[in-house]
Amino acid sequence: MKLEFISLAWWILFLPLLSAVVITLFTLRSRVVSSLLSIGAIVIGFILTLMCIHTNGFQVNVESTVDWLTIGDLHVDFGLKLDALSLMMMLIVTGVGGAIHIYSYEYMDDDPGKARFFACLSLFTFSMLGIVMANNFVEMFIFWELVGLSSYLLIGFWFEKPSAADAAKKAFIVNRLGDFGFLLGILMVWEAHGSLNFSTLQGLGMVSTVAGLLVFCGAVGKSAQFPLHVWLPDAMEGPTPVSALIHAATMVAAGVYMLCRTFFLYDADALQVIAYIGGFTALIAALMAMQQNDIKRIIAYSTLSQLGYMVMSVGLGGPVPAMFHLTTHAFFKALLFLSAGSVILGMHHEQDIWKMGNLRKKMPITFWTFLVGSLALSGVWPLSGFFSKDSILGQALAQHSASGDLLFADGVFIAGLTTFYIFRLFFVVFLNQEKSDAAKHAHESSAVITWPLLVLALFALIGGVIGIQGIYRYNFPAAGEQPANFAAALFEPFAHSPVAATLGLLAFAIGIVFAFKLYGATSTDPLPAKLGGLATLMKNKFYFDEIYEATFVRAHDAIAAIADWIDRWLVEGFCIGVIRGSTDLTGRGLRRLQTGSLQTYAFLFVLGVAVALYFVLK
Amino acid sequence: MHIGLEQYLTVSFLLFSLGLLGVIMRRNLLVIYMSLELMLNAANLALVAFSRFNNRLDGQVLVFFIITVAAAEVSVGLALIVALYRRHQSAHVEDLTSLKL
Repeated sequence: MKLEFISLAWWILFLPLLSAVVITLFTLRSRVVSSLLSIGAIVIGFILTLMCIHTNGFQVNVESTVDWLTIGDLHVDFGLKLDALSLMMMLIVTGVGGAIHIYSYEYMDDDPGKARFFACLSLFTFSMLGIVMANNFVEMFIFWELVGLSSYLLIGFWFEKPSAADAAKKAFIVNRLGDFGFLLGILMVWEAHGSLNFSTLQGLGMVSTVAGLLVFCGAVGKSAQFPLHVWLPDAMEGPTPVSALIHAATMVAAGVYMLCRTFFLYDADALQVIAYIGGFTALIAALMAMQQNDIKRIIAYSTLSQLGYMVMSVGLGGPVPAMFHLTTHAFFKALLFLSAGSVILGMHHEQDIWKMGNLRKKMPITFWTFLVGSLALSGVWPLSGFFSKDSILGQALAQHSASGDLLFADGVFIAGLTTFYIFRLFFVVFLNQEKSDAAKHAHESSAVITWPLLVLALFALIGGVIGIQGIYRYNFPAAGEQPANFAAALFEPFAHSPVAATLGLLAFAIGIVFAFKLYGATSTDPLPAKLGGLATLMKNKFYFDEIYEATFVRAHDAIAAIADWIDRWLVEGFCIGVIRGSTDLTGRGLRRLQTGSLQTYAFLFVLGVAVALYFVLK
Repeated sequence: MHIGLEQYLTVSFLLFSLGLLGVIMRRNLLVIYMSLELMLNAANLALVAFSRFNNRLDGQVLVFFIITVAAAEVSVGLALIVALYRRHQSAHVEDLTSLKL
C-alpha cells in the first residue's frame, strides 16, 4: 500500500512534464491534441491526488527519496514529501489548475499559439508541484526557479507586444532579486544546521534572524511583497487564464507555502518583520486597487493585498490561517480572474471598466459567479473568505501586544478597502448603464468557460466550512481545536473571536455602503474629485515604479556604466593594451634582425658556434 | 721535417677557415657551394688524420659517410640552384631575400 502511494506521487509530479515534453517535441502543430494532452495530465494528476488522499487520508508524513548528489558534508536528495500541507496544496494546484486548464481550452481557442500555451502551462504545473512536494531546500529552489521561468514564458506569451515582453522581463528580474536572497538564506541555513532536509531541519529548530529574513526574501519576490511587489500588476499582460492560475491561485502563493513549510526556522524578530511587511503590502496594494481602471489590474492589486494578509498571518505566528486563506483565496481569486476573463471575452478584449456596464443582463452566469467571488473576497459570512480572513484577524488579536493590535486594525481597515474596491468594480461593470457600444453587444461565454466558473464558485461558497483549516492543523498541531460539527464550524468564528468577526463584517458593511453610494449609478469616477492628490497617488501606484526607475534602475545603470568604463579602458585599454603593445613593439624591434641575407645568417651562426665553443673549451 | 698530427690539423683548420670565409663573403651561390664542400673536406682531412694517428678506423668510416652524404647533398643543392636561377635569372645571394618581410 505504502509503495503504491509513493509511486502515485511520482506520477503526479512527472505527468505534466511528460505532457510538456511531448507537446514541444511532437504535437506543436496540432492545437487540439496538445491541449487535450495538457488537460489530461493535470486532470489525471488531480484524480491520482484524490486517490492518494482517499486511501491514506491527510494524516500522513512520508518521504520518498532518490540520492542525487553528495559533496563533502552536503547531501542533497531528490525527494517527495507528502503530508497534510503538501497534499492539500497538490489538490489546489491540480484542482484549481485543472479548472483553469479546461477554461483555457476555450479562452485560447482563436490564438495561433495555443499548443505552445498549453506546453508552458504543463511546464508550470510540473514546477509548481515540484515546489509543493520538495523535501529539501535545494530541490525546492530548483523548482522555484523553474516556476519563475514558466511564469516568464507565460507572461510574455504574446511576446510580439512590447508591453508583454517588458512585463515578462520585469517579473523575471524582480524575482531574481528575491531569489538571490533566498539562495543566501539557504546557504546560511546549511551553515547553521548542516542539513537542508525539511524534516531534519524541523528537529533542529530556529536559525538566526538574518538567515530567516534571507529565506523570507524568496517569498518577498515570489509572493510579490513590498518592496518587490511591482512585478505582479504588470504580469497581467499575460493571457487571463495565466493570471488566474499563476498570478492569483498558485505561483504567488508559493512564497506563503514556503514560509509555512519552513515555519520552524524563524525566530521572533524575523516573524515581526515578516508580519509588518505583509501588513504594509496589504495596505498599499488595497489603496492602489481603489483607483485602477483595468479590470485585471484591480484584481491583481487585490491579489497583492490578500497575499499581504497571508504573509502577515505567518508573521503573527499563524501558518494555519495563512494556508487556510491561501486555499480559499485560490478558489475565489481564480474565480474572479476567470469571470473577468469571461467579461473580457464577452466585451471583445476590452479591459477598461469604464467602457463596460450593465453586463448583468447580458452575462447572467458570469454576473452571479463574479458576485460570489466578490462576496467571498470581501469576507461575507458564510462564504469562504469570511472564515479565512477572520482566522487571520483572530490570530492578530490573539497576540495581545501592541504590534498585534496595530496589525489587527490594519487588517480590518484593509477588509473595508477590499470591499470598496471590488464592489466599485462590480457596480461599474455589472450594474449601471452601458458605457460603450461593445457593452451593448456583449454576450455570455460558452459552457466550457462557464462550467469551471460554476465549480470554482461552489468552492468559493463552501470553502470555509468543509474542514480545510483542520487539515492544515495536522501539520501544526499546536494551532487550536477542530470544531465539532458542521453547525459549529459555521459559527466557530463568532465563538472563537467575536471581536474580529464582528469588526470584519462591519468593515464589509461600511465598504459596500460607500461603494454603492459612489458607484451605484455613475459613468465617471467620483473619487478623484473627493480625494484630490491622494487619488492621483493611488492611481499612479504611489509612484513606486517611478521611484525605482529613478533610484535603483538609475543606480544600476550608473554601476553598469562604471563597470563598462573599467572594462573598456582599464582592462581592455590598459592591461590588455600594454601587454599587446609591448609584444607588438618587441616584435617590430626583433624584425630588424631578420635581414633576409643568407650570409648574415651564416655569419651569426658561426659567431654563435664560436661563442659556444669558447665557453665549452675554456 | 717530421709531419705529425699538428701539421695535418693546421692544414685542415686553414682549409676550413678558407671555406668559411668563402661562404660568408662570396656572393655567387655556386662559389658559396664550393666553399661549403671545402669545409666538408677540411673536416674529412681532420678525421682521417685523427684516425691515422690514433690507429683506429672509425674516423675513416665516418669519412665515407661524409663523402656519400656530400654527394647526395650536391645533387640536391645544385638542382635547387638551377631552379632558383631559372626563376630569378640570378645566382647572387643579395637577390634571394624574399623571406624577409
